[in-house]
Amino acid sequence: MLSKRAVSSFVSLLVLIVLVFFLSRLTGDPASLYLPVDASEAMRENFREINGLNDPVLVQFGNYLSDLVRLDFGDSLRKARPAMDVVLEAFVWTLWLAAITMVLVVVAAIVVGSIAAFNVGKPFDRIASVFSLIGASAPDFWIAIVGIVLFSVTLGWLPTSGTGTVWHWVLPIAVLFIRPFGLILQIVRGSMINALGSAYVKTARAKGVKSSPIIFVHTLRNAMLPVITVIGDQAAALLNGAVVVESIFGFPGVGKLMIDSILQRDFNVILAAIMVTAIAIFLMNILIDVAYALLDPCIRT
Amino acid sequence: MADHLLEVRNLSVRFHTAQGVVNAVNGISWHLDKGETLAILGESGSGKSVSASAIMNLIDMPPGEITCGEILFDGIDLLKASVEDRRRLNGKRIAMIFQHPLSHLNPVYPVGWQIAETAMAHGRGKAEAYDRALALMERVGIPNARAAMAKYPHQFSGGQRQRLMIAMALVLKPEILIADEPTTALDVTVQAEVLSLLEELKAETGMGLLMITHDLGVVAEAADRAVVMERGRIVETGTPHELYYNPQHPYTRKLLAAAPGKGEMRSTPAAAAPILRVQDLRKSYGGFQALKGATFDLHAGETLAVVGESGSGKSTIARLILRLEEATAGCVLWQGDDLLTKSPRQMARVRRQLQMVFQDPTQSLNPHMSVFQIISEGWAIHRDIVPKVQWKARVAELLQQVGLEPGHALRVPHQFSGGQRQRIAIARALALEPEVIICDEAVSALDVAIQKQVIDLLGELRNRLGIAFIFIAHDLPLVGDFADRVLVMQAGEIVEQGTVRQIFDAPQQAYTQRLLFAGLDADPDIHATRRSARLAMARG
Amino acid sequence: MSTPATATVPMDSPPRTGTLRILSMLWADKLPFAAALFLLVIVACATFGPWLLFEVADDTNLRLRNAPPFNMEQGFAYILGGDALGRPLLPRIVVAAQNTMMIAGGAVLASFLIGGTLGLIAGYVGRWTGEVIMRLADVIMSFPSLLLAVIVLYMLDASITNLILVLAITRIPIYLRTTRAKVLEVRERMFVQAATMMGASHLRIVVRHILPVILPTLLTIATLDFAFVMLAESALSFLGIGIQAPEITWGLMVSQGRQYLTNAWWLAFWPGLAIILTTMSLNLLSSWMRVALNPTQRWRLETSATSKGGKSNG
Repeated sequence: MLSKRAVSSFVSLLVLIVLVFFLSRLTGDPASLYLPVDASEAMRENFREINGLNDPVLVQFGNYLSDLVRLDFGDSLRKARPAMDVVLEAFVWTLWLAAITMVLVVVAAIVVGSIAAFNVGKPFDRIASVFSLIGASAPDFWIAIVGIVLFSVTLGWLPTSGTGTVWHWVLPIAVLFIRPFGLILQIVRGSMINALGSAYVKTARAKGVKSSPIIFVHTLRNAMLPVITVIGDQAAALLNGAVVVESIFGFPGVGKLMIDSILQRDFNVILAAIMVTAIAIFLMNILIDVAYALLDPCIRT
Repeated sequence: MADHLLEVRNLSVRFHTAQGVVNAVNGISWHLDKGETLAILGESGSGKSVSASAIMNLIDMPPGEITCGEILFDGIDLLKASVEDRRRLNGKRIAMIFQHPLSHLNPVYPVGWQIAETAMAHGRGKAEAYDRALALMERVGIPNARAAMAKYPHQFSGGQRQRLMIAMALVLKPEILIADEPTTALDVTVQAEVLSLLEELKAETGMGLLMITHDLGVVAEAADRAVVMERGRIVETGTPHELYYNPQHPYTRKLLAAAPGKGEMRSTPAAAAPILRVQDLRKSYGGFQALKGATFDLHAGETLAVVGESGSGKSTIARLILRLEEATAGCVLWQGDDLLTKSPRQMARVRRQLQMVFQDPTQSLNPHMSVFQIISEGWAIHRDIVPKVQWKARVAELLQQVGLEPGHALRVPHQFSGGQRQRIAIARALALEPEVIICDEAVSALDVAIQKQVIDLLGELRNRLGIAFIFIAHDLPLVGDFADRVLVMQAGEIVEQGTVRQIFDAPQQAYTQRLLFAGLDADPDIHATRRSARLAMARG
Repeated sequence: MSTPATATVPMDSPPRTGTLRILSMLWADKLPFAAALFLLVIVACATFGPWLLFEVADDTNLRLRNAPPFNMEQGFAYILGGDALGRPLLPRIVVAAQNTMMIAGGAVLASFLIGGTLGLIAGYVGRWTGEVIMRLADVIMSFPSLLLAVIVLYMLDASITNLILVLAITRIPIYLRTTRAKVLEVRERMFVQAATMMGASHLRIVVRHILPVILPTLLTIATLDFAFVMLAESALSFLGIGIQAPEITWGLMVSQGRQYLTNAWWLAFWPGLAIILTTMSLNLLSSWMRVALNPTQRWRLETSATSKGGKSNG
């Protein structure tokens, strides 16, 4: 099962690399970006020659693949360093951002969603629903700039961008938090309502089990099953790099790196970034599957 | 008056639904004594489970509302007791088991823990709780009980799951056990085993047993007394014997009249030519052989019943004949041609002659289509049956034929009751003017009275139109009333076949005998005879 | 089992026609009704706005650069303030509605049709074809949409059609996967088998039995996705790789207002609010549709429509 998944993911990744390799070269000649506007044709020629951009695209691709087999991902045009180093550096930032955000989202969504499910139709549930609706509807860049105006400019509580202190992380995490929180909250709530109405909860009540074990032991574990899938999707989106949020807050993550590299035609970095995030998402999906199997014995057997 | 174990007095419960207020039970009173089995008998929607839910504090309020009444247990009125006091009674002194053990057991925890939880919830230590759980699992007959404790509900069979539920309920030796349709989803033989297990356990512990059921046979087999409920009211109370031989209320009489197995068995008609010949039909899924070579004939106009327990392969036969699944080997000769080798296009043309009525009409009717569209669809496929201008008239005619009104044609399926939906499904089958209709448990999901109406309808159609039926069922009394010939199936094989009289009056195979003896009859006297026969078989 | 009587719809309820019935159900539910009304207003703005207000919206007035909102002296057009070139914000938002709606609508329609068709094929034909289509979806899913946008921007140009193309491609997998999953489930249902047994052709089974069942789900998703595509479009415009001035969309307006955040917050705030209100209405309507378009659930809404003020299912 795992090997089959690995193979199909690998095939998809390969097709993706081929597509990106050829398509990204359609965006134009890097030489015109990296050299001064008045650079002579000879200088341009020289630049292309050094970076192997003069060969036919197919030859370039062949070279790229043969380097790839030796785990050489090429150099970044922009930073004149190995592309992989540049990507991994950025990826660590994104990984932290994604991990902290996801942990907060999951804890908050499960707690709030469960309480809402237990109080269907009551004020708490309604307020939670409104929040999740707004969360799922608001554009993140808009929340980000409103947040900056409010907390950084007007109130002066938080820095506007950068990564120096803990305070720098507050706004990016808060902005990234909102959308997945709204989505997962809805799923938790629905799933908990289902589980609370299920037959085995009736059995537990007939056995004389107290309310708190009914919620935390009997329902929560069952209700988590559909939630896990959604958590996986949202985490994958975060691992891909939060382009908008990262660029607004000047956060040196993979999303910002991606958009910068695309705009600067830094092809090797684009490809390396795609591979790193694809592998990270593959590993995370395996984690999700493991979590699923731990929770649900029917999957295990 | 205070010496009853449990007494329900003048209880009224109503539910606030989107349609308005539904009175679920209306001023009902009954009592249960120590060591007694009281049955509450009723059809779906009669409110038979509501008083049990009220006793266990399982009614969600809202939408439920208990408007009046008392439930007296051990000198106190449960309805006035605190939530915490009632929780302490649940599972410890009053326990309950349910109809679908698979959904009533928590799928993600091992069964040993779930049984022990009853004890732990009432303050017993972990070790003691697990010891009791083990002892009870052994007592209810779970093989390899110690190893089975670590297994999960989906790893057990239906009958075992119900035994596990019973073990879970009895961990703390409750004084009252409420069983809500405990055997409804089980095979007849398993049903008999579970009922006798309950009987034994009752004798051992002296508990009072409240049995909620729709099945007159269960009442006759297990109950000391029964109350009959209709639309939220108790219409009659008495011993099974009194109710069967001297029913007072018209509703009780109607229920009894609808109970299958009392009609005259059909004498075999003169043998017509076989229209369908099934030869050595086989189906395997991977290494599992679902059907191990079935050979039989179906004659024009006859009704052939296929009986057996779940998993015996009886539905597989139907699906293979109709090529809803592809057979592994064998042939199905329809008027001389092998159906299994036909191309999809050829098969599509033959299909109009062989129709099927499924068990659950809710699922077999497209919820997005009107009754008119459902019935006329076959004519759009096979254009030579009815010209389009006559569709409307013919749909009206068919609806009348199955006991519905022509005006129903524009409604959608969910606007009908279960019995009415099955009539629509029958009308759809009839629309194609088939020569054979295969009924796959077509009446199993219906209440007895409705079941009787549908069976009568099928019988009438058979006489009028000369359609042959393959009637797949697990309910033997029903088969006895309706069939000409019977195939008995066990584990993918036909173990016995013969005319209905041969099978019912002189069964040759032990398996057939077991099936027949395990079947529950509405007549309490028959049960006495059967029980002794079962005992004799167990000894022999 | 404690439910006493299975509730069936009263048999004497007259069978009403589809649209009328849905409208009367909508009328009974306050919040989704308000959402639908708001969307109607937006659609009206998008249709007639540019035609009526283009002149006003393009009228630069340097005296009114970054004019603050809620100031009626300059006339109603400036109620929400003026932008960096002194153009009135409210008419600009109304005019921008057209591009915003057209891009989102076009992308949703295209991805709906392509994704739905591919999903239908993947689910119904099955095995190899399905497998190939699913891998294709995987590739599209992991292809960076930003790169796609940049490629299109450089290769072609930043026209509305091309932006629709980019967004449509990135959204195809959503419809493809959902359709396939639903088809795989629905084709096993009893009524599909019943149709097979009557001798129905594949075309008939797909068109008459499978599509009507999965269409409500797809429409619900499309409504939700409309909101998502709007957000994606505005994010692209915000990053400068979407629509280019002088064309306007709400996302671009937010982006243009960003540099004046500290002294004129309204430049970015109002178009952002327009986005939020529209996506929120779409989300609300989508969750209402989930119930309303399901024939086995619909009676809940229908009965609450006849008895006054029923609780919304939320």
